[in-house]
Amino acid sequence: MSGGPVISLEDVSFSYGGPRVLDRVSLEVEAFEFLGVVGPNAGGKSTLLKLILGLLEPGSGRVRVLGMPPERGCRQIGYVPQYPLFSRDFPITVEQTVLMGRLGSPRLFGGYRRQDREVARRAMAETEVQDLASRQLRTLSGGQLQRVLMARALATEPRILILDEPTANIDMRVETEIFDLLKQLNDRMTIVVVSHDVGFISGYVDRVACLNRTLVCHPTAAIDGEAIRSLYAADVRMVEHLHH
Amino acid sequence: MTEFLLAVWSYEFLQNALIGGLLASIGCGIIGSYVVVKRIGYLAGGVSHSVLGGMGVAFFFGMSPLGGALVAAVASALLLGWVRLTWQEQEDTLIGALWAVGMAIGILFISRTPGYSVNLMSYLFGNILMVDSAGIWMMAGIDLLILGTVALCYQQLLAVAFDEEFARLRGLPVTFYYLLLLCMVAVTVVLLIQVVGLILVIALLTLPAAIAAHYVQSLGRMMLLATLLGMLFTVVGLAIAYRPDLPAGATIILVAGVSYLVSLFASNFRKRLKLERQQMRSV
Repeated sequence: MSGGPVISLEDVSFSYGGPRVLDRVSLEVEAFEFLGVVGPNAGGKSTLLKLILGLLEPGSGRVRVLGMPPERGCRQIGYVPQYPLFSRDFPITVEQTVLMGRLGSPRLFGGYRRQDREVARRAMAETEVQDLASRQLRTLSGGQLQRVLMARALATEPRILILDEPTANIDMRVETEIFDLLKQLNDRMTIVVVSHDVGFISGYVDRVACLNRTLVCHPTAAIDGEAIRSLYAADVRMVEHLHH
Repeated sequence: MTEFLLAVWSYEFLQNALIGGLLASIGCGIIGSYVVVKRIGYLAGGVSHSVLGGMGVAFFFGMSPLGGALVAAVASALLLGWVRLTWQEQEDTLIGALWAVGMAIGILFISRTPGYSVNLMSYLFGNILMVDSAGIWMMAGIDLLILGTVALCYQQLLAVAFDEEFARLRGLPVTFYYLLLLCMVAVTVVLLIQVVGLILVIALLTLPAAIAAHYVQSLGRMMLLATLLGMLFTVVGLAIAYRPDLPAGATIILVAGVSYLVSLFASNFRKRLKLERQQMRSV
């Protein structure tokens, strides 16, 4: 297992019944890489993630996660969705939500054990939501909820962390905090983050995958106006961010 | 009220009705909470109405109507679950179709049953005063089944009710738990049919849990409070219905409905008050 890419897509195409959303996309993500996926809306970013997670099946081509088919590989992935599917007024606490990261095989029924609670507690400490543990989900702000969802993903003790627009509804200060945290986590896991904000993430990621039906990869250093223009097919003003 | 209590003391049919109502409240509080948080009230309505088909067929062939109801409820729950998992878009059309087709089948078979003596009304609107000891044992059995299943799989059912996608990624057999949940909804419907009839089932399944949702912080407490509220509504409904000889099922539902409205207004009022206080403080 060691040495090979942790995620690999070979010639993957996908459509939801209409025109192709992804057209012959190939991508290899190395262990401990920090990959940013950028592209316009409806460019196929979320679809790409769902294929990696095994929530969708490719029309053609092959997806492998840690050398396994994604339905099995996905258990090693911590996933932070952009639009969580639950309703915000579900009667549940932060701790209960984070504990759900501990569910799954080999235990298919029964409750949580002490070790599970310990892992969940550590995950909450890492994303700085331990003080919110007994709060109701419906009382959280957007930024707090995002950290709780990250804690839930970390509670799965993943080898790969995948985040879909983690900072879409969050102010700039929190965005920086979240990406600083991701940079720390990158020491022990591979990270794939989808974003629409190529300028911001280029200060953090090792490599940027530009996705608009087809996929082109750039090392972070090579992101310039030309690359962005070809991606968005329009002039985009680039703002220099100086991180670190 | 004292008259009602004295009557309960002396008449066995009232004791049975009361015990039946209390037993039904347990299933309705637990499963009703899932129905409310998962927002599958319409689906539960479809299951409960399609049950008339099973009852009609069973009655026509001289078998137990409740047995027929149980088979029909589980079959339509599995059918609807399968429909939802395979063709999500057409879900509500198909629920509506099953709802009406089930009732049509039931009415046809009942009308063809020789010696038209079936009290159709008691299936549709229930007759808690007709609950006999066999019915009570059946209700207790269903309650035990529900309690056992939920105790064993509480966290898994919670995860599937909360976020199916995440549960699937964790390797939980989401389809299995979802269908299990729908089957429990189906047996709960049969449990409640004896109390309020199949048309009113949906109200007793959702109203106590919906009221509980205004006050609780977890699904477990929601189940507990909904069960207690269900018990309160059935007892109060029975007591009100007893003296003027009103239909008990309808009275119970009205008590639940009025309580829901009161609770809704009260909790909205409380929220507004809290908001105003916060604004006052921040000024």
